[in-house]
Amino acid sequence: MLSGGHLLSVLIFFPAAGALALMMLRGDDYKFIRAIAMLVSVAELLFSLILLRGVPIGTSGYQLEEFAKWISAPPIHYHLGADGISMFLVLLTTFLTPISVLASWSSIQHRVKEFFVMLLLLEVGVIGVFFALDMFLFFLFWELMLIPMAFLIGIWGHERRVYAAVKFVLYTMAGSILMLVGIIWLYNATGTFDLPTIQQALANGQLVLEPRTEMLLFLAFFFAFAIKVPLFPLHTWLPDAHVEAPTAGSVMLAGVLLKLGTYGMIRFCLPLFPEASHRAARWVAVLAIIGIIYGALVSMVQPNLKKLVAYSSVSHLGFVVLGIFAFQNISMQGAVFQMLAHGISTGALFLLVGMLYDRRHTFEISEFGGLSTPMPKLAAFFLFVALSSLGLPMLNGFVGEFLILLGTYQRHWGWAAWAALGVILSACYLLWSYQRVFFGEITREKNRTLLDASVREKWILATMAVVILWMGIGSPFITRRTAAATQTVMDQVEPQRAYEASSPASVKPQAKIVRMNAAQTAAIERLGSR
Amino acid sequence: MFPRAIDMYRVLPELMWCGFGVLVMFLQPFVRGRQFFTFLALLGSLAGTGAAFASFLHGGPGFSGLVQSDSFTFFFRLLVGSVSFLVVLAAGPYLDREKLPIAEFYALLFFATAGMGVLASAQELLTAFIGLEMSSISSYVLAGYRRDSLKSSESAMKYFLLGSFATAFFLYGIALVYGATGTTLLDKMALTDGTSTLLKLGLALILIGLGFKVAAAPFQVWTPDVYEGAPTPVTALFSAGPKAAAFALLLRIFATVPAATQYWFWAFWVLAVLTMFAGNLGALVQTNMKRLLAYSSIAHAGYILVAFAAVTSMAQGGSSEAAPAYAAVLFYLLSYALVKLGAFTIVSQLGGTGEKNLSLDDYAGLSQRQPFVAAMLSIYLLSLLGLPVTAGFFGKFYIFKAAVNSHLISLAVLMAINSVIGAYYYLRVIVVMYMREPSAEAAAAGPVPFPLGVNAVLLITFVGTILFGVYPNPVINFILRPNLLAH
Repeated sequence: MLSGGHLLSVLIFFPAAGALALMMLRGDDYKFIRAIAMLVSVAELLFSLILLRGVPIGTSGYQLEEFAKWISAPPIHYHLGADGISMFLVLLTTFLTPISVLASWSSIQHRVKEFFVMLLLLEVGVIGVFFALDMFLFFLFWELMLIPMAFLIGIWGHERRVYAAVKFVLYTMAGSILMLVGIIWLYNATGTFDLPTIQQALANGQLVLEPRTEMLLFLAFFFAFAIKVPLFPLHTWLPDAHVEAPTAGSVMLAGVLLKLGTYGMIRFCLPLFPEASHRAARWVAVLAIIGIIYGALVSMVQPNLKKLVAYSSVSHLGFVVLGIFAFQNISMQGAVFQMLAHGISTGALFLLVGMLYDRRHTFEISEFGGLSTPMPKLAAFFLFVALSSLGLPMLNGFVGEFLILLGTYQRHWGWAAWAALGVILSACYLLWSYQRVFFGEITREKNRTLLDASVREKWILATMAVVILWMGIGSPFITRRTAAATQTVMDQVEPQRAYEASSPASVKPQAKIVRMNAAQTAAIERLGSR
Repeated sequence: MFPRAIDMYRVLPELMWCGFGVLVMFLQPFVRGRQFFTFLALLGSLAGTGAAFASFLHGGPGFSGLVQSDSFTFFFRLLVGSVSFLVVLAAGPYLDREKLPIAEFYALLFFATAGMGVLASAQELLTAFIGLEMSSISSYVLAGYRRDSLKSSESAMKYFLLGSFATAFFLYGIALVYGATGTTLLDKMALTDGTSTLLKLGLALILIGLGFKVAAAPFQVWTPDVYEGAPTPVTALFSAGPKAAAFALLLRIFATVPAATQYWFWAFWVLAVLTMFAGNLGALVQTNMKRLLAYSSIAHAGYILVAFAAVTSMAQGGSSEAAPAYAAVLFYLLSYALVKLGAFTIVSQLGGTGEKNLSLDDYAGLSQRQPFVAAMLSIYLLSLLGLPVTAGFFGKFYIFKAAVNSHLISLAVLMAINSVIGAYYYLRVIVVMYMREPSAEAAAAGPVPFPLGVNAVLLITFVGTILFGVYPNPVINFILRPNLLAH
């Protein structure tokens, strides 16, 4: 059961060691500090690639498990494990961290050492959350991650940074403390904090939660996750946090931290409280759809470019929640894929907005206009990323949204119809803002002399663009590896429908999707034959 | 009855503390060196704490059941002994800076510590009363130790007037309980019929008296003024020591007397909710660090009362499952004492001569002027807030667990809400330290020196906070012993 050495622990604590080393350095040699931070985060990325070998395709259950006794009373264990979903989310984290380090290379000029220490500590917390299989450990990392993020926003952010940082912490904490009560309640009912043990007890029928208790527990967990996602109407911390955060903070926030909410729903809400999830699904879906459309509409009228991207996150994450609560394997896969795609695309959008800010020190769309003349390369990258975000086929945004809509349609055509409206709206606000920023006459004299992307920026953007394209074309690489994990979740939440949802009969005659589903089916057949 | 040698063993720590107190007073006219007294005080508090081990090894009831030396007593003796040791460490430099007489301070500290020890070990109400008076009267004097400061005198006066009022309640309660049961020994009281109205009334008065000592709302109004006016090392002592001792007595009363648990459940429920809200809402608007921490003390008393409600609720059913709830109280008091001592010591040192720089604005940009101090204070505040990897987190976790175990979900949710309110003002301090620029004069004044004694306090409390936040097993295993409280 426990093979694979200590890869997960290494992945969690290596950035912590890096942060400790940084702390020891003297604070004035900025170049050296940046180099060390970059080295640590790239090494972490390379380590994390080993995960791809450690989590084989088509195996269900947790891999690379680590288990150690920690606290005697109540029994709390240091229990880690990875499956297809957490593996890719960790890869997303380890990929975005060096990108964030690069993006902060010249824009952070003040308390540089502390900045990179916080960034690496954030990585520790996030990876810990994805790998933790003990609910107590999960909560511990969940809370730990708050502090570095709050500091990133509060120290290196823009004008209203302190307000945004405090709001961020209070919102998250309000949810997470209720989750702690839920975790303890669940412990009381089960006698363990160990997630796989509880899942097994539920599957065997050893543990049956009374409907009312189950619902309250579901809400305690769901509330914490919904704040993090953020689901309408709990989203109001997000625009503030995003707009005030420094670029690297926004990238990590949008890229990774929001996914913790949806990850929590997949990992905890659905498997632990299947009945309550079913009962709540309708309401959650309604909120998700409101979020999709509301987020898109607010984006459309935003005069502030960074806020526009922030609200687009509300919209896109609404898709993810909808995909999860449609209880179809396809939409679940789509949700996971969309989580990754959104992390890359929105991360890239924030990077681009940050680059514009570095040049002009404003986010107001009205201050821009005609930027494609002085900076054609940046404009081209922006267009590429915007297209991926609005879901152009062949790019990453399309795959997730399509799978989600497909699965949701099987569940309820109305949900899919409303959600599809969000796809159209996202095209509207992204292209319209692109037009106002990059096309037309140059209205501000300052904008004439802006520099195009520097070598560093080109490297960052090119890397992002390659990943975007690769995820769009090579999506089976990911879906094949997440299939088993999403199937496990589906089995737990809806045993009777698990197989028919992923059968080829329900697949539309589209070349791309057929290919993907063939891969899925193969994976699932392998699963069944074991 | 003539005391046996074994009886002496069972009160050895208190004897040590009292003995050293008398010794310090005796030597005061003859010795001039301030260092000498500090050294003597350190030695004395260590000797008393060490003696706790001796009396633990020779445990059992002493003086025909007036005191009890069991694991529970041992825990609290160690706790108050360590608190007084740390207070001595922090007070030495403080008294030098403020040019205050040194020997009397240590003597009073010893008597207060001895009183707390008596409170923690008392198995009989009049003994408890003596302990309460010993610790209270010394505390009143300590609160007014800066004689030339109006605030300090005000603090002592308020503490004295309200404190003696509360003590009167306590004593009257004892009288009524004695009238109802014919005994003041707790274990004999347990055997009597618990239904008489007189007993209920007596227990209620005892609860009010002790509620005052632990600063439970609505008996908490003295706390901010007293904490603010008292010399800061004394404030540190108040928030950690007497509170722990009073909670110890409360726990022992209803661990032994079933009647108390039956009537006190709702009282604790209401007290807990009132105290949490009074403390947290009050702290929201404070701009003085000492007052802010004082209100936070009230809030934390409320959290501990949640665990008390859990204890009483469980003991009502007559089940033995109350052990984890006891453990929650004990662990919380430990983690809380560590953190409050550390935080108040920093506040005391940063206050400067005459304790002038206590306002929140004086902490602006502290992270740039004194990064280590700012980091330490942040860790203490995060521990008060209950964030992981600090002892405060486990403290809160165990209380939540106790509350949920007793099916007090609504109380747990109210506590969760309070934790979030609390997060706001703790974060505010961190925000001021890290996210605001220092004022020109503060930057020009340069860093405040931190003498060796103060650094030692910070190191010990910091290591304790992190250690028990990562690995609480030794403490938890000890306080979960089945024979924690010997009857």
